[in-house]
Amino acid sequence: MSINWFKYSSPQTFFPLAGKLALGFGVLALLACGVGLYLGFFVAPTDAQQGEAYRIIFIHVPAAWMSMFLYLVLAFWAGLGLAFNTRLSGMMASAIAPTGALFTFLALWTGSLWGKPTWGTWWVWDARLTSELILLFLYFGFMALQAAIDDPRRADKAGAVLALVGVVNIPIIYFSVKWWNTLHQGASVSLTKAPTMAATMLTGMTVMAFGFWFYSIAAALMRARCIMLERERASEWVADYARGSA
Amino acid sequence: MLAALRCVIHRDLLLAVRRSSDVLTVLLFFVIVVSLFPLGVGPDPALLRTIAPGVIWVAALLASMLALQRMFASDYADGTLEQMLLGATPLGMTVAAKVLAHWLISGLPLVLISPVLALQFDFPQELLGVLALSLALGTPVLSLIGAIGAALTLGLRGAGALLSLLVLPLYVPVLIIGAGAAEAATSGMGGHAQLLLLGALLIFAGAFAPWAAAVALRISVE
Repeated sequence: MSINWFKYSSPQTFFPLAGKLALGFGVLALLACGVGLYLGFFVAPTDAQQGEAYRIIFIHVPAAWMSMFLYLVLAFWAGLGLAFNTRLSGMMASAIAPTGALFTFLALWTGSLWGKPTWGTWWVWDARLTSELILLFLYFGFMALQAAIDDPRRADKAGAVLALVGVVNIPIIYFSVKWWNTLHQGASVSLTKAPTMAATMLTGMTVMAFGFWFYSIAAALMRARCIMLERERASEWVADYARGSA
Repeated sequence: MLAALRCVIHRDLLLAVRRSSDVLTVLLFFVIVVSLFPLGVGPDPALLRTIAPGVIWVAALLASMLALQRMFASDYADGTLEQMLLGATPLGMTVAAKVLAHWLISGLPLVLISPVLALQFDFPQELLGVLALSLALGTPVLSLIGAIGAALTLGLRGAGALLSLLVLPLYVPVLIIGAGAAEAATSGMGGHAQLLLLGALLIFAGAFAPWAAAVALRISVE
């Protein structure tokens, strides 16, 4: 039996699948965020040094992870679209960008709220904060470039080039802690050594990260569905869909 | 192929000489922006000495961005760019030649005048060389990265503001390392590490940016 790898590469077949997946991941996101927040705010112990203020970690760290991860996913779809000239890849890239920008902003905002009680300042020009801010600008640049180009195919390709150029920024964010050793604390979680935090904190943070991840998938797919309808509005299947749901 | 590159560089330089006001505008912009800072923050020599590298670098960054829009715009408007796209010379090489010409026109004058401006800020004379060298290594990187942005925004409405939004975030590492070189030199640590990093960035950008800009040009013109 041969598998048709390209079955879901056309908007017409992907549209219903995206709807089902978005619903499924949306439910999962609600569950994971509920469990994660419960673990974070009621189960995890109070930190010896930072008191209750540290609990913002359960939003801040997963949001920061997602902000970087989503840029990689965006660049992946953008690169795929540029290499194989597929329509859907570009749509996915533009659907992911607003969610990525949202998480970047959330990471900066919660970081600022966390910085005030622990460092005594809202903002420091530390390498990691600065790189996160640059990441936000990169997301804005990507969205602004796509918004300025009327032809969607050109917008996809131009955005793809920009995303691939910008992806150079991701390793700079990650290694900036080692390069410029400043006020920001080093990473607390690493794959090579034991984490320096209580197990329940780590569980809560991981569950929250999965919650944010599922939310991103659901939100991106919902947005991709809207983009598909908008771009394919002249096609037969959109007309059928509009008649069916009217 | 080298003859074609020489031809592109020669042509762009000739055009710049024939319309020298364009070159002078960018240079004057640089000089004026740098001169505005003492008026804004006060004439205290100690303060000016500390901010000199950063101010000169930010002004160089803005000036080089101001010049970017012209990199491909006139060739695009009169159809020359299409001929370059169709030509036998690899487009990446043509773009590299255009970037080099652009840097000679808009970057090199900034490097040459920067010691004079640094003296206005009471910057130590023996370190002027480090500052000029950091600019000499850094401004070509700005032109190379900027070429990608200029190619992507070719012919769009509001291209100028959009270009700055795309390009300025990508300039940040160059700014940090470039201004860091002169600052490290003033604090007695020597700017060698930063200068080497700038050199590495230049090689990296020189290898990949013309190619990315060529892809962007094909997308914008097709």
